Amino acid sequence: MTTTRSVMPFDEALERFEPVLGLETHVELGTESKMFCGCPTAFGAPPNTQVCPVCLALPGALPVANDQAIESTIRIGLALNCTIAEWCRFARKNYFYPDMPKNYQISQYDEPLCTDGHLDVEVDGRTVRVEIERVHLEEDTGKSTHVGGATGRIHGADYSIVDYNRAGIPLVEIVTRPIAGTDRLAPEVARAYVTELRELMRSLGVSDVRMEQGSLRCDVNVSLMPRGAAEWGTRTETKNVNSLRSVERAVRGEIERQAAVLADGGRIVQETRHFHEDTGATTSGRSKEEAQDYRYFPEPDLLPIAPAPEWVEELRARLPELPTARRRRLQAEWGVSDLDMAAMRNADAVDLVEATVAAGAPAADARKWWMGELARRANESGTALADLPIEPGQIARVVELVASGALTDKLARQVLEGLLAGEGSPDEIVEARGLRVVSDEGELIAIIDQVLAANTDAADKVRAGKVAAAGALVGGVMKASRGKADAARARELILQRLGVAG
Amino acid sequence: MSAITRDEVAHLARLSRLALADDELEHYATQLDDIIGAVARVAEVATDDIPPSSHALPLTNVYRPDEVRPGLTPEQALAAAPAVEDGRFRVPRILGEEA
Repeated sequence: MTTTRSVMPFDEALERFEPVLGLETHVELGTESKMFCGCPTAFGAPPNTQVCPVCLALPGALPVANDQAIESTIRIGLALNCTIAEWCRFARKNYFYPDMPKNYQISQYDEPLCTDGHLDVEVDGRTVRVEIERVHLEEDTGKSTHVGGATGRIHGADYSIVDYNRAGIPLVEIVTRPIAGTDRLAPEVARAYVTELRELMRSLGVSDVRMEQGSLRCDVNVSLMPRGAAEWGTRTETKNVNSLRSVERAVRGEIERQAAVLADGGRIVQETRHFHEDTGATTSGRSKEEAQDYRYFPEPDLLPIAPAPEWVEELRARLPELPTARRRRLQAEWGVSDLDMAAMRNADAVDLVEATVAAGAPAADARKWWMGELARRANESGTALADLPIEPGQIARVVELVASGALTDKLARQVLEGLLAGEGSPDEIVEARGLRVVSDEGELIAIIDQVLAANTDAADKVRAGKVAAAGALVGGVMKASRGKADAARARELILQRLGVAG
Repeated sequence: MSAITRDEVAHLARLSRLALADDELEHYATQLDDIIGAVARVAEVATDDIPPSSHALPLTNVYRPDEVRPGLTPEQALAAAPAVEDGRFRVPRILGEEA
């Protein structure tokens, strides 16, 4: 299949067409064991070390559902304002593909556990309600690596090798209803929805929702219709969208591509497309036409799920504070602007700042370090802020040391450097690197006298009343003390010793 | 009228990755038709007061606690695999070149 890369610029595309979105999100639950067997679920284990007869589909092995996974799925449904089924079943989705050794995936079909909910997201100060069609529970598949061929992709590979560690990990699928009327905001709405969903999962504690590790994955459906048309266009489904930024780019890219095809008199083919992180473009994957015959039927090896209404109500009553409410509370407590709050959200810093405040730091200081020096470091090394080898409690201690005058901001940055390099606790680093502010007045005066002796010109100017010239002398003291002097105190002492009132 | 057409049998064979010759399609269409006919007789005794059921046991909510249990070693897991590479199950080519 050839890929034409002609696109229509986004603004032009939006003048002529209206987009309709749909998002399917898969969340791997953070259970200890798999969905239907007792294998562990840790990410990154050596291949085929977390497998057993059940998830390898050896003859005679039978699945039993994980109670925690059922509970987590119901809690997700409740947090998304869904109706929880009083009775539903698992179903077999039959297909021939080696990522599942059974030749079917246990999923849910026409009886999902949760239905008809919604999630409100905020974009540009506007609240958009995203309707949730269904939330169902299934099992994740194994991981295939394609060997040989030109592209490393499945097409034309010589063969594939499969690791089943991931096969059978509980997977929740959350499907929206078509989202119409978002217009120009479509890419941002898609991103905001996945962001909000991720925060919701986090606050429920049901998943670590790490997109880069695949514990949250998103398929993006996009269609276009000419402005004023009554009928929606044909949609495509873009897979492989593995970061929040990519969700936005994938929607934008698909709008630009489809608009070019339609404007050219072409027709959109209903198909799966693959997103390419490097270019932001999508390419055609396997056509959906033949892939759809899954012959679902009720899973005979598993009994129906019938959550008692009283239990569901108990779970509802125990739901934690949800992200929107929490954000409003924290913003008020911290006294920050909408803009600052949005910046912290985008940098994934809200939890870190909150933990730092909980460890005793004033909110403004906690925010300053996480959003300043640390955000810069994370950015430079290409890691997520939360993945920096630094704890909120350590930042709180650094803030405390600065507040007490034991460290200057400049010295504090060196402590952070030590923390990131794994040199120990803030106090150990201050000690080992000799970073404490020179608080011994005698020591400071000795340094000042040295600097004055070496800079007689500047000293004379100050004596003559040009107090501004003291700046150079303070600079000299800071340099001589290797940044460890308290600059304000040094200035006072310099002026004193030169006989000028401060 | 037969309950299953030859084309449907061919479609099922394709979904099941079975290569059936023309005479085999005919042969299985006849057999499958008999089976569907036999099963259809069950529907004749169903009445409105019998709800459809997928499970023979009157049980629901049978779960296991979320606990890790020992599984297989990679050697055991891969022991019966026709081909192994790099600790993984090696499988034949899945899709050919893109058309």
